Amino acid sequence: MTRAGWIRLAVLAGAAGALELACRTGLIDRHIIVAPSEMVGALFAILASGSINGDIIRTLGIIVAAVVLSVIFGFGLGVLIHALPRLREALDPFFATYYAVPIFIFYPVLIAIFGLSLVPILLIGVATAIVAMIIATLNGLDRVPRVLTKVARVHRMGPLAAAVRLKLPAAAPHLFTGVKLSVSYGFIAVIAAEFILAPAGLGRDIADAYADFNNRRMYALMLFVLVIATLVNMLLHAWDLRWAERRGRGRP
Amino acid sequence: MSVPRRLVDTLLIVLALLLIWQALHHLVGETALPGPLPTLSYLVELVPTSRFGENAAATAAAFALALVLAYGIGLAVGVWMGAHRLSGAVGEPILVALYSLPKITLYPLILLIFGLGISGKVAFGALHGILPVALLTMAAIRNISPVYLKSARTLKLSTWQTILTVLFPATIPEVLAGLRIGFTVTLLGVLLGEMFASKQGLGFLIINAMSLLQTKEMMTIAILLFAFAAAANALLLWIEHHLHRRI
Repeated sequence: MTRAGWIRLAVLAGAAGALELACRTGLIDRHIIVAPSEMVGALFAILASGSINGDIIRTLGIIVAAVVLSVIFGFGLGVLIHALPRLREALDPFFATYYAVPIFIFYPVLIAIFGLSLVPILLIGVATAIVAMIIATLNGLDRVPRVLTKVARVHRMGPLAAAVRLKLPAAAPHLFTGVKLSVSYGFIAVIAAEFILAPAGLGRDIADAYADFNNRRMYALMLFVLVIATLVNMLLHAWDLRWAERRGRGRP
Repeated sequence: MSVPRRLVDTLLIVLALLLIWQALHHLVGETALPGPLPTLSYLVELVPTSRFGENAAATAAAFALALVLAYGIGLAVGVWMGAHRLSGAVGEPILVALYSLPKITLYPLILLIFGLGISGKVAFGALHGILPVALLTMAAIRNISPVYLKSARTLKLSTWQTILTVLFPATIPEVLAGLRIGFTVTLLGVLLGEMFASKQGLGFLIINAMSLLQTKEMMTIAILLFAFAAAANALLLWIEHHLHRRI
């Protein structure tokens, strides 16, 4: 590990240690924050009891479904919009504004339309994540070198073969950026929706524990969500780096 | 493509969206989703009321405070991590990891520390805004071309002169991009805070309207917030392009 990496580890460990000490000595009231060791202990107890297994599957399932739908349809729409330059120019102002407006405030409207079920949560997840994938697809297709179109002609490839064997690999880094953003946005939207109003799920569990003043449970669940989100983001980042390295060595 | 044709195309898309809205309204019914025209007439009715005014003022006050905090802390952290290489190397991955977390999870913690009033909302909004401001400011300072610094040294500029005449103008477009994104996410943070636990503000009005099944009010407030965020974003984007052209 680099020097900065070690210092980072020390800073994080120091912060956790300081928090632990402040909680144990009563410097921080336990009605505000419980000690990190207590959070971890409570989390293991909750996980071992299996009481939140259903909520874990539900929440992660909705996130996976929202991301998969966003990536598939976002890619499809991106290809379609890229093929229609006039439509694309007309849509540009919308893309530039989309993430600047709080799309999330439409979640209550979705609940009014579809009722309190999985559907509004899934839809708000897709609505938040899909535009990142569309924009990434457009960027990726823009950056396919013109020479590849000529290569396809020289080799007498059909449009499908050219798309799969040349254009897709050339656009891949941008597409992967889209996938990464979709995952991140999907996570945020689904958890936030569950938190505000949902029949079940991890976000709802945290909100319930907060309402019950059950701090141990609340912090344990918060820790769980944050650890899962961080792990997923780190995994995607690591893949990205590995691919970038391979491309750097001259492989497509 | 000429500008008027683009404008016409964009307006056609707005029209298409309104038609989709109208079609959805017919599909799901009046209580679930009122049509565009009744919603717009309700908007004209709602805005002058004191109920709307008071809640909009509450949101505006919380948003303004949160923005000041997010910009102040974000710029300070960004300048520090951009200027001090080791701090940047240590801190950047932490900031990036925090940026992509579902920060709503941390809201109970903010509420327990800051309480249910305006300070909780402000802290939560600022928490959202600090990260993009800090990350883009840091990147802006790191990306300064070394030639600029060399010329500053050659001209024997003092530290303050270097900051004011070289560093500041060179970094401003990118820093402004950070401020623009910070504006957006801070607004979202404040609204989320109001939606989850508050008795005041536009976020509260939306949630309150939902529990009373007043979809017209929900749509109206959502659209007003949309229009505000889109207009602010367009203005900041325009300033950004303007500055980019100058440099």
